[in-house]
This record gives sequence, C-alpha cells and structure tokens, in this order.
Amino acid sequence: MNMTLYKLTQLDFCAVDLQLYLDTHPGDTKAIAEYNKILTEASALRSEYERKNALTAKNPSATDKFDWINEPWDWEAQYN
Amino acid sequence: MWIYDKKLEFPVKIKKKDPKLAKLIITQYGGPDGELGASLRYLSQRFATVTPQAKAVLTDIGTEELAHLEMIGAIVQQLTSDLSIEEIKANGFDAFYVEHGLGVFPQSAAGAAFTANAFQSKGDPVTDLYEDMAAEQKARSTYEYLLDMIDDPDVAAPIKFLREREIVHFQRFGEALEYVRQHLSANHYF
Ligand SMILES: [Fe+2]
Repeated sequence: MNMTLYKLTQLDFCAVDLQLYLDTHPGDTKAIAEYNKILTEASALRSEYERKNALTAKNPSATDKFDWINEPWDWEAQYN
Repeated sequence: MWIYDKKLEFPVKIKKKDPKLAKLIITQYGGPDGELGASLRYLSQRFATVTPQAKAVLTDIGTEELAHLEMIGAIVQQLTSDLSIEEIKANGFDAFYVEHGLGVFPQSAAGAAFTANAFQSKGDPVTDLYEDMAAEQKARSTYEYLLDMIDDPDVAAPIKFLREREIVHFQRFGEALEYVRQHLSANHYF
C-alpha cells in the first residue's frame, strides 16, 4: 500500500466527515478551523503524491506525458 | 457537477478470493438498500428540499454514497478477480458468470437487477428526510447481516467502515429534518 496515498485518504476522509458535520453545525468555529487545517495539510500531501505517482483529480499535468492516465487506479487488486 | 478523485474513500485491499461472498456483498452495489439507490435518492430529493442545511446534507451524502458504490465495486471485483472456470462452478458463480462474466453489475444478492422502485422522491422535504433516515437504518442492518457472513478481516474492515457511515448519515439527516421543521413552522401557519 502506498503510504502517502493512505495518509491522504485518511485526511480527505476527515474532511468529508467534518464537512457533513458543518452542514448542520455551520456556526461551530472550532470545527471550521479544524476543517481548514485539514484541507491545507491534505493539499500539501496531494501534491507530494502526485509528484511521484499519478494525478488524483483535475490538476496540471507534467508536459511530456499526461499524468492522469498513470496507475494505480485505487480499486485494482494488483496494487494492494 | 462532479470531479472524479482517483482514490477510494477507504482502502480495499483483499488478498483472498471468495466468489460466494461477492454474490452477497453485490447487493450493496445494486440491491434495494444499496449505495446506488441511496445516492440517486438523495441527489434527486435535494431539488425539492428547503433550507441551506438540508440542501448541503443531501448533496454531500448523495456524493459520498457514490464513493461507497465504488468501494463495494472494488470489494466485489477483488473477491472475484482471476477466477478459474472450476472455481466459478464450485462456488455457484456460474449464473452470474454467463450473464456478466467477471464484470460488476448492479443487482441484489438474489439476482434482481437495480431498480429505482426501491426509493422515492416525494417532493415533500419532511417526507423525504424521514425516508432517508429509514434508508440509512436499512443499509446499516444490511451491513450487519453481511458482517455475520464475513470471516476475512480484509473484507470486514471496509464493510465496518460503511456501516459506521450509515450511522453518521442517519444522525445528519435527523439534524437536517430539524432545520426543515423550524423553517416550515416559521413560514406557514397551519
Ligand atoms: Fe449512507
């Protein structure tokens, strides 16, 4: 398992869960600060992963070969 | 609109094939309480809801259910990857195989193809949110019945994660319902 992708998966999940919490608690300033912090950390980790592996979402590609098509696709058993 | 993020919401890393289990778990892909129906239910209902909170909850949970659909597809695929004809015959995977090969198809554990008849979009924000809370409980029950059938910890881990998400979703829908109720009682006099 790619540990950078694993950590990114964890951070992104925290963001999903906090976002859902904030949907119904939009005035919770402590949670907003935590949410913002997680997004900043996740975006740094995402750049690191994308530099070494594949693009994960719509981001600028390396100019010589389109990064989006690079493996792994996360559902595939051969990357377990 | 949506953008694809090239990773799963929670890792699916299964080492051991188990086509019998795949035939059961596929019900959360296309069965009556599955993730596809859940996503379409919430993403359809949000057009008729009121309050920013309920719109956000339906949009965000409808989106997350698509990530769950992808996880279930990955589980089914990894449980059935590279099956031999002998393994297909010995594990009762033959009927599925002749219709879908080793592809992933939205159907219930009993083999019924996906149908929108298992959910509603009623155009009534209160009615819809009650349905959504019931739907999350039905999905939780299904994951618990599936866990009764699962011994492999590699399969149990993502299934337990999905079960827990149903509980969080139930909670958020309940909170959204409160916002909708307050909004409706402030704007209408019965
Ligand atoms: Fe759910």
